[in-house]
Amino acid sequence: MITAGIDVGARYAKVVLLDDGKVLAKGKGLVGFDVLKSASEVFENALKTSGLSRNDIRGFVATGMGRDAVHLKPPINAEQIVSVVVADAAGAFHVIPTVKTVIDVGSEEGRGIKVEEGKVRDFVINERCAAGAGTFIEAMARALEVRVEDMGPLALKATKAIPMNAQCCVFAESEVVTLIHSKVAKEDISKAIHDAMAGRIASMILRVGVEKDVVLIGGVALNPGFLPPLKKELRTDIIVPESPDFVGALGAALIASKHKE
Amino acid sequence: MSELKMKEYWRWPEYRKTLPDIDWHDAKTITAGVDIGSVGSKATIMVDGELYAYSAMRTGGVSEQTAIKTTEWALEGTGLDISQLHYVVGTGYGRVNVPFAKRTITEIACHARGAHYIYGPTVRTVLDIGGQDCKAIRCDERGKVVSFLMNDKCAAGTGRGLEVFADLVGVPIQELGKVSLSVEKEPPPVSNTCVIFAKAESLALLRQGWPNEKVAAAYHLAMAHRIIELLNRVGVEKDFVLTGGVAKNAGVVKRLERLLKITPLEPKLDPILAGAIGAGLFAKALREKELGLR
Repeated sequence: MITAGIDVGARYAKVVLLDDGKVLAKGKGLVGFDVLKSASEVFENALKTSGLSRNDIRGFVATGMGRDAVHLKPPINAEQIVSVVVADAAGAFHVIPTVKTVIDVGSEEGRGIKVEEGKVRDFVINERCAAGAGTFIEAMARALEVRVEDMGPLALKATKAIPMNAQCCVFAESEVVTLIHSKVAKEDISKAIHDAMAGRIASMILRVGVEKDVVLIGGVALNPGFLPPLKKELRTDIIVPESPDFVGALGAALIASKHKE
Repeated sequence: MSELKMKEYWRWPEYRKTLPDIDWHDAKTITAGVDIGSVGSKATIMVDGELYAYSAMRTGGVSEQTAIKTTEWALEGTGLDISQLHYVVGTGYGRVNVPFAKRTITEIACHARGAHYIYGPTVRTVLDIGGQDCKAIRCDERGKVVSFLMNDKCAAGTGRGLEVFADLVGVPIQELGKVSLSVEKEPPPVSNTCVIFAKAESLALLRQGWPNEKVAAAYHLAMAHRIIELLNRVGVEKDFVLTGGVAKNAGVVKRLERLLKITPLEPKLDPILAGAIGAGLFAKALREKELGLR
């Protein structure tokens, strides 16, 4: 049975098409001003890749902060919506069955989820402060005049650990400018940025507790500079699965197939 | 190239002033308060405890240089120079970087003391909204701090947040408050707390066709709500006054007034100077102690 899951995030929409637990196609694209339109484009591209049509899809579940925009609205017509923590837990459990803690860092939200057999036991979310989400790294990349995808690799080349004092994204921007002016190497500044963000995410995660296995998902999991300081802060190994940014959409598609059964 | 350069709507004008009718030649004490804020630096020259001259300018990259520049500018045309000042107190975020200051005193104490000077002895609650922080201070009839609460971690509810917003809508910062009050009906506030998210939300509202003043109203209202959260935690007792740069933004002040149902006192002097005036008055007291007068 073919099902679909879509995760409409603050920055990207992700789609996964599943056939009995096997991924047929996936797609990802930027979410623009018109959320339904950009999500539909991502979905239709994935359909094209798989050679399927909307009628072949028996169950469609949407998640993510933009999920309401695609709920019962053509061409997506997702018949059900689930919260991100529920989708994350289901998706993470599918890719790493030993998972107990999920850390999901997206562009505008960070989440810590305690999981048991794919079910949510407890969770914590930051959706109020940009300093605990991917937006923080983006804003700092602008201040450093570095492409956001280069930030992580740059941080890995750092030779010094310098502390960042600012907690707030807006204040941190000024601090980065000050560091540039005092001739601190971009590598070291980038490391400081990642360390600061890892510190904030870790203190949030510690509120639900850290139990192995710990899995990191979401767009920020693609950033290699974020994993080492997060491991250090939480004093644990952390698994980053393949395609960590699609885990929420995968979870939604899995929930869709379960409901049809 | 100059045409391509973005207009800097956040940049507020710098200024100085010498007050008439004060002669420093026979004065017992000539003191100064230098308030190095995160965004603006202020210097006040106090002659026998009365405000004589002042300046306000943007804080530069090197605080020591800013401290010297702003104090020299306050002294411009007065016939005085820094070496003639009997006692200087530094305050504000960069207070340790005032090379000619004999002492530093926290801006909390200075704002309470300065508010007492500007607004009189009936002041019991001072709300200081600066460039990078916001403080709610309770004080007694002598201008002494009783308790306070401060947000210096988050740009929401500070002047820096307004600067970001001024750039977004392209309205000069000193007109922003007035513009936000020109709406006929108050829109619902911007729902995000974080400046970064609130900016994105405001941008979405502009794209939906909201006029500048309506988005500005929504932003200012959210800011007022945010500040009231802090204020309510220390409690507001009359008389209530505002200090700091944002005290000059009518869009924030009028909304606070409406939501709190308390009318703040009208300032007799520029409220941005409160910290520096407080520091200058502490300097006078310390000078008198040195002279054995206290």
